[in-house]
Amino acid sequence: MVFLSSDRQGAGLLARFPRRDLAPNRYDVFALVLIGAFAVLVVHGARQMNLPVSHLVTEPVVLDPRRLPEYALRSTLRMFAAISLSLLFTFGVATLAAKSRKAELVIIPMLDIAQSIPIMSFLAFTLTFFVGLFPASELGVEAAAIFLIFTSQAWNMAFSFYQSLRTIPTDLDEAARQFGLSPWKRFLKLELPFATPALVWNAMMSMSGGWFFVVASEAFSVGKTSYTLPGIGSWLSVAIDHRDLTAVAWAVGAMAVVILLYDQLVFRPIVAWADKFRFEQTASEIEPESWFLDLMRRTHLLARIAGPVGELLGRLPAPVRAPRRKARSLSPSAALWFDRAWYGVIGGAAVWAVVTIVRYLTRSLDMHDALVAFGDGFLTLGRVLVLIVIASLIWVPIGVWIGLRPAWSQRIQALAQFLAAFPANVIFPFAVMAIVALRLDPDIWLSPLIILGTQWYILFNVVAGASALPNDLKEAAGMFHLRSWQRWRDFILPGIMPYYITGALTASGGSWNASVVAEVVTWGHRTLEARGLGAFIAKATAAGDIPRVALGATVMSLFVITLNRSLWRPLYAYAEKNFRLN
Amino acid sequence: MTVTLERPQQLATPLVEVRDLKHVYGGGRGRPGLVVLDDVDLTLNPGEIVGLLGRSGSGKSTLLRSIAGLITPTAGSVTVRDVPGDDAAHGVAMVFQSFALFPWLTVQKNVELGLEAQGVPADARRQRSLAAIDLIGLDGFENAYPKELSGGMRQRVGLARALVVQPSILLMDEPFSALDVLTAETLRTDLLDLWSEGRMPIRSILLVTHNIEEAVLMCDRILVFSSNPGRVIAEIKVDLPQPRKRLDPAFRALVDDIYARMTAKPSGAPAREGLFPGTGLGMALPHISTNTLAGMMETVAGAPGAKNELSALARELQLEVDELLPIAETLQLMRFAEVVGRDIRLTPAGKRYADADVDQRKQIFAQHVIAYVPLAAHIRRVLDDRASHQAPASRFRDELEDFMSETYAEETMDAIITWGRYAEIFAYHEDDDRFSLDNPA
Repeated sequence: MVFLSSDRQGAGLLARFPRRDLAPNRYDVFALVLIGAFAVLVVHGARQMNLPVSHLVTEPVVLDPRRLPEYALRSTLRMFAAISLSLLFTFGVATLAAKSRKAELVIIPMLDIAQSIPIMSFLAFTLTFFVGLFPASELGVEAAAIFLIFTSQAWNMAFSFYQSLRTIPTDLDEAARQFGLSPWKRFLKLELPFATPALVWNAMMSMSGGWFFVVASEAFSVGKTSYTLPGIGSWLSVAIDHRDLTAVAWAVGAMAVVILLYDQLVFRPIVAWADKFRFEQTASEIEPESWFLDLMRRTHLLARIAGPVGELLGRLPAPVRAPRRKARSLSPSAALWFDRAWYGVIGGAAVWAVVTIVRYLTRSLDMHDALVAFGDGFLTLGRVLVLIVIASLIWVPIGVWIGLRPAWSQRIQALAQFLAAFPANVIFPFAVMAIVALRLDPDIWLSPLIILGTQWYILFNVVAGASALPNDLKEAAGMFHLRSWQRWRDFILPGIMPYYITGALTASGGSWNASVVAEVVTWGHRTLEARGLGAFIAKATAAGDIPRVALGATVMSLFVITLNRSLWRPLYAYAEKNFRLN
Repeated sequence: MTVTLERPQQLATPLVEVRDLKHVYGGGRGRPGLVVLDDVDLTLNPGEIVGLLGRSGSGKSTLLRSIAGLITPTAGSVTVRDVPGDDAAHGVAMVFQSFALFPWLTVQKNVELGLEAQGVPADARRQRSLAAIDLIGLDGFENAYPKELSGGMRQRVGLARALVVQPSILLMDEPFSALDVLTAETLRTDLLDLWSEGRMPIRSILLVTHNIEEAVLMCDRILVFSSNPGRVIAEIKVDLPQPRKRLDPAFRALVDDIYARMTAKPSGAPAREGLFPGTGLGMALPHISTNTLAGMMETVAGAPGAKNELSALARELQLEVDELLPIAETLQLMRFAEVVGRDIRLTPAGKRYADADVDQRKQIFAQHVIAYVPLAAHIRRVLDDRASHQAPASRFRDELEDFMSETYAEETMDAIITWGRYAEIFAYHEDDDRFSLDNPA
C-alpha cells in the first residue's frame, strides 16, 4: 500500500511528496529499470539453482478455534519482525541519503519509485528468491513473508526520516555543533527526537497497511508450489478451501481483536509518547492519551530500567569533542569531474538494466502479450478511477458532516482508522458468496472489492480536514448566510482539499495492490474472475509463468507511477499551494 | 584561512583576534557570490563586553559564528586563546536569538547538554547544571519542558546552558531581540548584574545586536558594521558608568551619534547611490509595504518643517534601526524623502503625497516608481511592447538572478509586485505567475 505521509500532526495525516527541488525526474526511469532488472535477475538466479521447491507445505493449519490465538500471535510476530526491519532500513538508508549527496541522487528516486510499486505484483519474485536462499526450510518462506511485509512498509518511513534529517532547524543544529556533540550523541539527542513524530506516524500507517500483506503472504502458490505459514492468513485460505463460513467468521473476529489490541497496546502508547517530540514551542491543545502508557509510566520498575539504559546508550562510543577543522572540499574542477564520473556510472547501470529486462522478456513473450497486459491495465485503471469517484461521492459529504461535529469526529476517526487497518481480504469470501448466490456479473461486482479496504482513507482524511476548518471562517460563512452550494464551493471543498487529495491518492495506491487479490477470488472450487491487470498477474503467478508475472508487474508499476505523476502529484501540489489553511 | 586554538603565555593578551576576515556566500563557477564580510579585524580583550552593531546583512552574525567555529570563513584568520587561570574557563559558548532549546529535553537536560558532550559524569553534571540553573534564577523549573516556559525564561535556560560549560568567552547572537520589551530589559539588567558582580565564570562577552540602545546600555566597546558588504565602519568606546540610564543626555547623544554613523553614506557618494546593493535593473529592493511608506510620510509630514530626527522617529514608532532604515531608504530611492545628517526630510513630492487623497496618491506614486525604480519601468515597457500585454514573471526573475542571489531576487520581485499593484501600473496574477496590463476595476 502506498503511503506518503510524513506529517507531524496526528490529525492531518497529510502526505507530503518530496519537496520540489528533490522531486525525482530522469532518475525515476533509472530507478524503475534498476529495480526491474534486479527482480529479473533474482528469478533468473533462483531458476538456475534448479531447486526442488515443490510442496514445501510445513505444518498444516487446523481449523480449530483453540489454535487461533497461536496463529494470531504468529501473524503479529511477522508484522513486528517486518517493522523492525523497516526501522533498521530507515535509519541506515535515510541517514545515508541525508548525509551524502551522491547517495541521495540514487536513493531518493529509488524510494519514490519503490513506494509507488504495487508490491503484490512482485510476490512471486520475493518468494522464489527467499525459498532459493533457504532451500527446503520453513525459514525461507518465513523470510519471504516478512520481506513482503517489509516492502510494504519501509519506503515511506525512510522518506519521512530523510525529510526530517534534511529539515533539522538551523539553530538546534548550531547548538549541537557548538557544544561539540559527537555524531552518535547528535543522533540520540537531536536527529532521532526531531524525526520521531513523523516517523511514528509513518510507521503506524505502514503497520495499518501491513496487515493486508500479512494475510496475503501467509498462503500462496506459485505454479505447482504452494506455501503456507501458520497464521490468520493461512487459516483463512484453508477455510476458503473448505467453504467453512464459521471459520471465516472466526478469522474476522481474531483479526479484529488483534488490531484492537495492537491499537491499544502499541499504537496509542507510542503516539502519546511521541507527542513530547513534536517540534513546537507551545503546548498542544489536545494531547494524545493512552491508558497503557500512563500505566507504564506509573510503574517504578520501568523508570529504573529506562534511566541506566539511556545513560548506557549515551556512552556507547567514547565521547569525542568535535574538532575544529577545515571543511574538506575538492577543487571545483575535481568536483565536476567526480560528478561526471558518478553520472556515467548511473547511466551505465541504467542501460545495463534496460538491456537485461528486454532480453529476459523477449525470450518468451511477444508484442501480443504486451498489448494484452496494457489493455488489462486500462481496465483496472478504469476500475480504480471510477471507484475512487464513487467512494468520494459517498464519503466526502459524510466525512464533512462528521468533521463539523466535534463530538462525533473523535469517535468516527478512531473507527475509520481501525477499518483502514483491517485487512479487507479477510472479508472477501462474504462478497464472493453474495455474488455467486445472486448470479451477479463478476466483471462489475468484483470491482468494489478493490476499494473495500482503502476507501476509509478518504473518510478519515476528510473528517480530519473538516474538523480542522478554522472557526473564524465557519463564523464568516454563517454570518454572510452562504447558500449550500456556495458554501461548499467557496469554503468547505477548498478547505478540505489537501486532506481529501491525500486520502484519495492513498486509496488509489492501495487499490492497485488490492486488485491483484480482488480480481480473482475463490470460494471452495468456485473461482470468480474480473478481467484486468490484477487478474493477469494473479493468474500468471498461479500458473508459475514468471515472464508474464514480470510483464504484469512492470506494466502495473508503469501505470501507477504515471498516474501518480500525471494526476495525484500535480493535484496535490495545486491543493497545497492554493488551499492550505495556515 | 586558518583557525587556531592556542594557549598564550601571559595574561594580558587578547582572548580573540580576528584578522582580515572575509566571507563570501555562494559564488563559484564564474559567479562572484555575495560578500558578507570584507576585511574585518576584531580584538576581544579580557574583562570587556564588546558589541557588534549593524543591520541585517552586515555579516555580524557570520563573524560571531566564525569565532564559534560554526562557519569556516573564506579568508583571514580567527585566533581564540585559552588564557590559563585559576578557574576552569576555556573555549567559547553561544546564546542564540531563537534560544535553540531542545523541546524534548527538560530544562535540566538542556543545561546538561554541553557537559554530556564533554563526557562529564552524571553526578558532576547534575551538580553543575543545578548550580547554573540556580545562578540564572530558574530554581524550581528543572523538570519543566521549554514549551511550558515564557520566552524570557527560555532565554535564561539558554544562558545557563552556555555558562555551565564554563566558557572563557560568551557569544550572544541577538539574545534579547525575540523577547518583549519588558522581559528583554529585565534580562539585560540581570545579565549586567551577574557580570559586574563577577558571578559568571567568563572573561568576556561578545554581543551581536541591531538595537543601538541595547549596545550603548551594555557594551564597553561597540563596533559598527556597514552592510553590503559588512565592514567595520566605526569603533566606539563607551565610557559611561554602569548602571547606565537611557534618559541620561550623554547616553542619548551617543545613541544619536551612532544613528548618524549608521545612516551615513561613504564619503563622496551622492546620497541616493548605494542605498541598495546593485544598480539599475540589478538593484536589490527591500519588500516594504506601501502602507508603511505612506504611514512614514504622514508621520514625517506631521512634524515641524516636515523633518524628523531618525532616532526620535524610531523611538516614537517603536521601530528597530533595522526596520526603520530600509523604509527611509526606499523613500529616498523614490525621491519622497532625503536623509541629511541625523534627520529625514520630505521632498516636495513627499509633502504632496502626504496631503493628497487616495487616487492622487496612487498617481504620484506611479510616476515616481516608474521614474526612479528601473525594474518597474522595465516591466511596464515590456508589457506595453507586447501585443498581448502579458509577460511571465519568471522572465524578470531570471533577469534579476543574473545580478543577485535567488533570495534577493525573490524579495525584489515581491517588492515590485506590491508597488506595481498599488500604483496600478501593472497587474500580477499569482495563479500562473504572470504580469499583465489588465485592470480588474
